[in-house]
Amino acid sequence: MSEAVLSLRGVTKRFGGLIAVNTIDFQVRPGQVVGLIGPNGSGKSTTLNLISGALPLTEGEIHLRGSTISGLRADKIARRGISRTFQLVRLLPSMTVEQNIIAGAVFGHRRRWGAEARQEAARLVERVGLVGKGNMAVGQLTYIDTKRVELARALASDPTVLLLDEWLAGLNPTELQVGIDLIHSLRDEGRTIVLVEHVMDAIRSLCDYCVVMSSGAKIAEGTPSQVLSDPEVIRAYLGDDDA
Amino acid sequence: MIAGKELQGVIVATILLLIAGALPYYGSDYLLSLGITIAMFTVLATSWALFSGPTHYISLATAAFFGLGTYTAGLGIETLPFWVLIGLAGVLGAGLAALVGLATLRLSGVYFVIFTLGLAELVRQVITWGQNMTGQKGLYVLTDFTEANLYQMLVALGAAVFLVGWLINRSRLGFALRIIGDDETVAAHSGINTALAKVLLFMVSGAVAAMTGAILAPRYVYIEPALAFTPLLSFQVVIMALLGGVHRLWGPIVGVIPFTIILETISANFPNQVTLFIGIVFLVIVYFIPRGFAGLIEQMRDWSRSREGLT
Ligand SMILES: Nc1ncnc2c1ncn2[C@@H]1O[C@H](COP(=O)(O)OP(=O)(O)OP(=O)(O)O)[C@@H](O)[C@H]1O
Ligand SMILES: [Mg+2]
Repeated sequence: MSEAVLSLRGVTKRFGGLIAVNTIDFQVRPGQVVGLIGPNGSGKSTTLNLISGALPLTEGEIHLRGSTISGLRADKIARRGISRTFQLVRLLPSMTVEQNIIAGAVFGHRRRWGAEARQEAARLVERVGLVGKGNMAVGQLTYIDTKRVELARALASDPTVLLLDEWLAGLNPTELQVGIDLIHSLRDEGRTIVLVEHVMDAIRSLCDYCVVMSSGAKIAEGTPSQVLSDPEVIRAYLGDDDA
Repeated sequence: MIAGKELQGVIVATILLLIAGALPYYGSDYLLSLGITIAMFTVLATSWALFSGPTHYISLATAAFFGLGTYTAGLGIETLPFWVLIGLAGVLGAGLAALVGLATLRLSGVYFVIFTLGLAELVRQVITWGQNMTGQKGLYVLTDFTEANLYQMLVALGAAVFLVGWLINRSRLGFALRIIGDDETVAAHSGINTALAKVLLFMVSGAVAAMTGAILAPRYVYIEPALAFTPLLSFQVVIMALLGGVHRLWGPIVGVIPFTIILETISANFPNQVTLFIGIVFLVIVYFIPRGFAGLIEQMRDWSRSREGLT
């Protein structure tokens, strides 16, 4: 087994009295797609926020390729090679699709400017399925296209680890298949991805490994089929009464 | 690389600048005095918009930087050459902006506004205290400079501000600021050191305001804290910049010119109505032209273009 690219050790986040993330440990290996799953409010987004530096940790450590990134500012972490999308899509409203993508290419892990950055944006426009929409204002886009722009922006810095927070949520059944295929193609490219997801089909077809959270704690981990048949996971998803 | 349209803009700007700079050779004394006021507010409002346009932070610190520059010139006029004092004022203005920026730009916009408003008062109090300690009241700034000299210095500073603004807009720093203005979280997660970017731009605008204050010190002849640090100046700059439009480099100037002319007319004829006028302009901006004259001009241009397209 190769060395972990990303590892979380004893990661904890408290909001006042609430322990949103409780001493979580897990590792992500190069080229792996790891699913972070669990019921609503179980601490998945908070975990991503801790990895990307959107929030400071209360306790624990996060390492990227062996060096500590916990405690760094979000921009430093982005430069070290972590990029992300957000559960509620965040685009730059005053800019075009192309400019939104360039925004990801200039200051991050891999930095480009001018013609080089525009070239990369053009490549990504095609890569995520936005052909012909590069000059559109982001306000004119359909929902799935906004998600595509955000994904392209995250990819523009050629990140070591890509974090996707419910990238497939809110898509209709046809769009969902397109979306799953798109993430699948990233996986085939060898990208290392941590994705938070509720869609079971997506988890089954995309993830090599799953970490299951409930009320902030890790309650199971393993391959998708292992964790999805784990009685404790089923109980967490369905509630105690139905177990 | 300069594109055709940009080259056109540069040529037009250069011609306008030369016409403006030559005003002392063809204008009357009255025009020259109006020209100084316009040049002063153009420099202040344009540099203010460099920072506040993209970031949406409203700074009311202009008077603090301006007064700092005025006092730098006033205190050093006997010992140092004037151009050194202008440069020194710029350095001190940038330094003060860096201190204030590091302390406040992490805070949300509201705290920033209040802090910058307090800053001018703070600096004024410090200087008043310093003067009381030494038993002085004000400072004489006696030089041989004519109105025309000071005017041309301001125009030159204005040209430098436009050049710097143009360069920043084309740079990574300018792009970073536009991203920050759109969504600071996205900016940080894209690898932008948001605090540094904001502080750098704030330093530029602080330096320029201080240099403007230094250039104008000889015009006042006698300076005292209440004159150099008048809070009204900060508000005027904000309103003129917003009236012109802060999303374009050329925006503030199209607000400064009409505003200054009307304000001069009003303060000459109805000196008590000045604040009322400023208040009305502010309401007009908020309710009718949120993107300023520059926004209106662009709207009209788009409109006439689309009509041309139809015929
Ligand atoms: N900034 C915050 N301040 C206070 N509490 C927070 C904050 N962010 C999250 N929480 C709380 O932490 C817990 C975990 O939230 P989190 O958003 O991580 O859940 P999640 O697993 O992503 O849920 P979902 O599937 O609904 O997105 C919730 O109880 C939430 O209310
Ligand atoms: Mg979530």
